[in-house]
Amino acid sequence: MQIFQYILLAFLVICAVSVSFSKRLLNSILIFMSYSLIMSIIWILLESPDLAITEAAVGAGVTSVLFFATLKKIHAMREEDEEDHEQTDSRR
Amino acid sequence: MSRLIPEDEYGKRPVGAFHQWMDGVRDPYTGNVEVRTDVRQEEESEEQLREYQEEVVGVIRKVHDTANNNQYTLFRKFYRVAALLCCLTLTVMLLITVAYLPPVGSTDNPAHNEVAAKYIEDGMQDTGAVNIVTGMILDYRAFDTFGESNVLFIATCTVLILMRNDKKKGRGSAEEEERRDSFYEPKSDRILQTAAMILVPFIILFGIYVILNGHLSPGGGFSGGAIIGAGLILYLNAFGFEKTERFFTAKTYKWISFCALSFYCIAKSYSFYTGAHHLESGIPLGTPGDILSSGLILPLNICVGLVVACTMYAFFALFRKGGF
Repeated sequence: MQIFQYILLAFLVICAVSVSFSKRLLNSILIFMSYSLIMSIIWILLESPDLAITEAAVGAGVTSVLFFATLKKIHAMREEDEEDHEQTDSRR
Repeated sequence: MSRLIPEDEYGKRPVGAFHQWMDGVRDPYTGNVEVRTDVRQEEESEEQLREYQEEVVGVIRKVHDTANNNQYTLFRKFYRVAALLCCLTLTVMLLITVAYLPPVGSTDNPAHNEVAAKYIEDGMQDTGAVNIVTGMILDYRAFDTFGESNVLFIATCTVLILMRNDKKKGRGSAEEEERRDSFYEPKSDRILQTAAMILVPFIILFGIYVILNGHLSPGGGFSGGAIIGAGLILYLNAFGFEKTERFFTAKTYKWISFCALSFYCIAKSYSFYTGAHHLESGIPLGTPGDILSSGLILPLNICVGLVVACTMYAFFALFRKGGF
């Protein structure tokens, strides 16, 4: 169990570093989601399931969805939009 | 008695000049005022042109060519060194502070005092809640939780101020924005809708279970409310605003938040008043372990859960559409 915790903690550090180093914002949010998920598992191992439930619901769920909505609003997910544009153009 | 005057003489008079100006026959300024047309000397020699071009290029180089700008490179170097120094100083300071922290799990830690002991030993008799955490946050520290619920409400108000879209029709209205926002999204996605149809009831049921069993098992108002809010967001994404607006509008949100917060405030004021004056509150604690036990904790959990669920949904709706 101790080794499992160490692996999780290492994952946590890797996630935290790679959030800021990833070039695309979408990848950053996905990594942030996985960070929250790992954090909730760590909360369970630290025997506080209250926090684990909240972390899984808020950190991995609602916050990421709000981030996605914001990225869509500021047109940061441009590559996909452009692909869609091309598709609609070719259809015409 | 008026008399007719010839056309030429009439034109020279002020009244006549005004009439002619109005009709556009004659401009009174032409011929009277010295007007010089703005003719620029266009025939510039080749040499002048080249000089001019070189000047422009030189200015552009001075401004944009950062490689040859000594001041700029110096500043860049200084900036990097200063940033590195700041980070290193902060890291060293934090590491030194961590070295002075008491060891984890030691009995001499300042956190191991009589307050925590009291909570753990007498918590079940005082509050009637099996889950000590809920007993703590909704009975001993209920005032803090009230502040948290209010913080959530204020956060929604702030998002409302920033993102509210009041326009009813035309360009930039809420419906138009929503359509533009979800233009590239698949409409009525079969996979998403089927998954949502199966999952959403279970998610909301689980949220209700977590709220209602807040005083018996891990969880409580905040966790359960967040789960219900996530379920509502999934439902909204799958079926669109038309379906959710049948049961959740701005009015619903206002009333639920208002009722839950004011009930919390009144109930807790009553229990604080009776507690401070050593009066009997008259609220039965019940047998620990039953679903209807632990006095005020269950209704307060429901209030917090309602506020949190509504807030989560309102956030998402405001981000997507600017209204709900």
